[in-house]
Amino acid sequence: MNDLNFDSVVIGGGAAGMAAALELDAAGFSCAIVEREETLGGILTQCIHNGFGLIEFNEELSGPEFAEKIEERLAGTGIKSFTRTTVIEMDAGADIKTLYCYSGAYGVIRISARVVVLAMGCRERNRGNIRIPGDRPAGVYTAGLAQRLVNIEGFVPGKDIVIIGSGDIGLIMARRMSWVGCKVHAVVEILPYPSGLTRNIVQCLHDFGIPLYLSHLTTNIIGKDRVEGVEITPIENGAMQHEKAFTIPCDTVLLSVGLVPENELSKMAGVELNPMTNGPVVDSMLMTNVPGIFACGNVLHVHDLVDYVVEESRRAGAHAARWLKGQRAKAEARVKVGSNIRYSAPGRVDLYATNKLYMRTLIVKNDAVLEVKVNNRIVKTIKKNHIQPSEMIALELVPRDLETAIGAPEPVVELSIT
Amino acid sequence: MVKTGSTRYDVCIVGAGVSGANIARRLSAYELDVVLVDKEADVSFGTSKANSGIVHGGFHHNKKYLKARLELQGAMMFDRLRQELDFPFKRCGIVVAALHEDEMRAIEQLYMQGVDNGVIGIEMCSRERMLELEPKLNPDVLGGLWVPGGGIVEPYRFVFSLVESAKKNGVEIRTGFKVEHAARTGDEWTVRAADGRSLKARYVVNAAGLYADEVSAVFGAEEFQIKPRKGEYYLLDRLTKARPERVIFPVPTSVSKGMLVIPTVEGTVLIGPTAEAIDDKTNLATTRDQLEKILSSARSMVPSISEYDVITSFAGLRPTLDEDFYIAPSAKVPAFIQVAGIQSPGLTASPAIGEYVKDLLKKEGLRLSEKPDYDPFIGKRPHVKDMTPFEVDELAKSDPSYANIICRCEKVSEAEIVEAIKAGHTTLDGIKYFTRAQMGRCQGGFCTYKIIKIIMRETGLSWDEITKNGGRSRLLKDAL
Amino acid sequence: MSEELICITCPLGCHLTVDRNADSSLSVSGNRCPRGVKYANEELLAPKRVVSATAALVGGSELHELGAVARLPVRSTAPYSKQDVPELLAAIYALRVAMPVHRGDVLIKDFKGSGVDVIATRTLLAAT
Repeated sequence: MNDLNFDSVVIGGGAAGMAAALELDAAGFSCAIVEREETLGGILTQCIHNGFGLIEFNEELSGPEFAEKIEERLAGTGIKSFTRTTVIEMDAGADIKTLYCYSGAYGVIRISARVVVLAMGCRERNRGNIRIPGDRPAGVYTAGLAQRLVNIEGFVPGKDIVIIGSGDIGLIMARRMSWVGCKVHAVVEILPYPSGLTRNIVQCLHDFGIPLYLSHLTTNIIGKDRVEGVEITPIENGAMQHEKAFTIPCDTVLLSVGLVPENELSKMAGVELNPMTNGPVVDSMLMTNVPGIFACGNVLHVHDLVDYVVEESRRAGAHAARWLKGQRAKAEARVKVGSNIRYSAPGRVDLYATNKLYMRTLIVKNDAVLEVKVNNRIVKTIKKNHIQPSEMIALELVPRDLETAIGAPEPVVELSIT
Repeated sequence: MVKTGSTRYDVCIVGAGVSGANIARRLSAYELDVVLVDKEADVSFGTSKANSGIVHGGFHHNKKYLKARLELQGAMMFDRLRQELDFPFKRCGIVVAALHEDEMRAIEQLYMQGVDNGVIGIEMCSRERMLELEPKLNPDVLGGLWVPGGGIVEPYRFVFSLVESAKKNGVEIRTGFKVEHAARTGDEWTVRAADGRSLKARYVVNAAGLYADEVSAVFGAEEFQIKPRKGEYYLLDRLTKARPERVIFPVPTSVSKGMLVIPTVEGTVLIGPTAEAIDDKTNLATTRDQLEKILSSARSMVPSISEYDVITSFAGLRPTLDEDFYIAPSAKVPAFIQVAGIQSPGLTASPAIGEYVKDLLKKEGLRLSEKPDYDPFIGKRPHVKDMTPFEVDELAKSDPSYANIICRCEKVSEAEIVEAIKAGHTTLDGIKYFTRAQMGRCQGGFCTYKIIKIIMRETGLSWDEITKNGGRSRLLKDAL
Repeated sequence: MSEELICITCPLGCHLTVDRNADSSLSVSGNRCPRGVKYANEELLAPKRVVSATAALVGGSELHELGAVARLPVRSTAPYSKQDVPELLAAIYALRVAMPVHRGDVLIKDFKGSGVDVIATRTLLAAT
């Protein structure tokens, strides 16, 4: 088997992985990217719609363009990319991490490195996860699989579509399927408000006259060989109204019901996960509980803007490089989530550095206030014009915000939204 | 004498499930022309693909029943079959847990029945012994039964292996062959399929599972009715903390063996099945309230089971007929063997069913002359997920596509998918059952498009011919 | 007669109510900033959309090999008249692009004099 040694290895060659690798390389460390697809770019290669890069490139680009522009930065660096290569096993030793990888191109490779950056992204939740009862016909797809089939393979999975879930992937696919000649009959959403961006509601649903059923549960998929219809049931006051259930005839069901960070490899290496994010618990250096293993991008928590993914992953790469140089956070405070916040990452802040946190709220509100407390004393309040769960909130905390925590035993920074 | 391409056979077996496949393989050891037909696009697509995958312990049924005798006999044949064929099988043992005092009476009865049947190693257990044997059990368990001989198989791989072995020894397989018409002329049957294909056979074995009643009617044989009884299951992630060591049974009811917690041989956990009489033989829908029943029953035995571990659910249909198996020559028409009503312990009994039907055919006049070149072994295919990186490294040197991982959830390589296709499994479900690709946590989200492309490449099928499980289950509706 | 629309200029998503005046101008209310008025005017009088789609690549079965890409992602360089999007899409679907093709290559120039081009958004040198 091929035995290779690098200072660092990045698992995943999407936006997150490439951004982290570039930082490690810039800091003078050897770096390998391991990517199981044929090309780098991750999920961006199939996201042919625009909306990427407003922050990073000051332009509204499509996913493939964004990915290529980041990938171009790899040229001329010493970063080694192993595509068509799947990490099968990760053993985290005290100092050296060993990755066993299988590749159609390179055979079996064993990579040893002192630092691993987890950048594996997410997988889609599927019918089994949300347990939609009914028959098992052909024609039930996750939205991402349908997107891959249509945008890269050129195959259209169906003609009469019902989309479950009003997240952005579902909305984008509502438009995409309409633009390739399909009829999208409905988007069905269990919550009382849509999960995706309003812009997408307008440009993907209103533009096409596609009805959005809010507060509706999908209660049955009907069809012997191929999907024939979907039964949906309204929810009123938290209870299912079975007698008001109705069936929408269709031949395809697209599921856009959430993303799950892919942490199977992480779990195998003993990385502790945060049940609120399904991603690793990380400190102020974006390092997991396993020394030398860092995490960034969608594998850490599900992002909505790839620009934030790149920002976070650069930080992870830079921190990993600092860690390799022996630098550590001088003093940290634990981050605690308070009212109306679903989660925040990372889980710790460095009292002596500039910290960038990303969090998600549980509520939809205009004129909200984000409050930061250090050891129960309010140190910062920020007005937010509009917040909703599907839009991640960024927060910067600098040493001046955190100075009252210095010297305190086990300091806690609490974030809340009112 | 084996004549390839012949349309005149000594025996035609209708139904390529666990019974038909065993019978076909058993007969393939003799100088006979045998054809195995099935109406589905692939073998094992009926009840045999959706069941608990258990090799039972031999204590559930009184020995007055044929099924009890065949169960015990069949259970003992699995070790040898595993060596000869290529399917995973493990004797992990069965525990039957009593959670209430009155259930202990039932445990005693099962114990005595097991002893009477000749089950080796069966034990009555105290609470301590039960928890020692199975630490994941509800600590409130009062006691129970321990049957070390019980085990778990992957039922579809069992059937695929049997069929492959039968094929190797000359049996012909015809899929997509729905028996529609049959007539007896002289000493042979002429059997015609819905698509117009036909064949002649001296003897016919009706092992058509859910449709055994309809096949019997086509041949003018006995009238009976197969009533489908649905069983729904949940499948839990292989990383669940609730995975037990042993197959866990509750105390049975008069209708069914109850809802189990099964550590599958492939590493996941199955909970179920329910038991619900239905009318429609094609109704494989899972339902919300049945699934709730399963979770609560499973949790009563293994409290750590969490609904967050659920990957997917599915349903199977038991072909119920009577209290016992109906395996006998027809009294109405000649040269016709009925193998009907093979519900639990059908899978366990199936190797013995093969023997039994062979003997029935002999009694009906079929000459059995052993084939000198009969080879009971089939090659064991490499499975990358069960190999160490060093073994895969060696394998990849001769064929790099063994290192090209297509299904990363179940670690299935491109080479294995190509093998499945070459073995005749050209539908998405066929490949799924043969390789486990698409069975993992992402349920095909990442590998489906790759598998579609491999099927197209290996078979020359065009995009509109790719199906989930044959027939009209087409996957794609258009190409840009 | 009033029309309701949601402004998508910023995440606030103000719900706008728009009335058409006798002189064909619009009266907009519900906006929290002037951009809402601009959005309402554009959206109701001359709505435009950026179009993203895929174009056919020249090639045969090699386009469907493992690891190959069968379609070229493309997009319009600027928003195009919303009601005429179907004709732009038809023009895109009529394309047959030969590889190598580079990100930014102009595939359709100044479609129907609109000033809007269609460009390739991915670099594809060969099938695999």
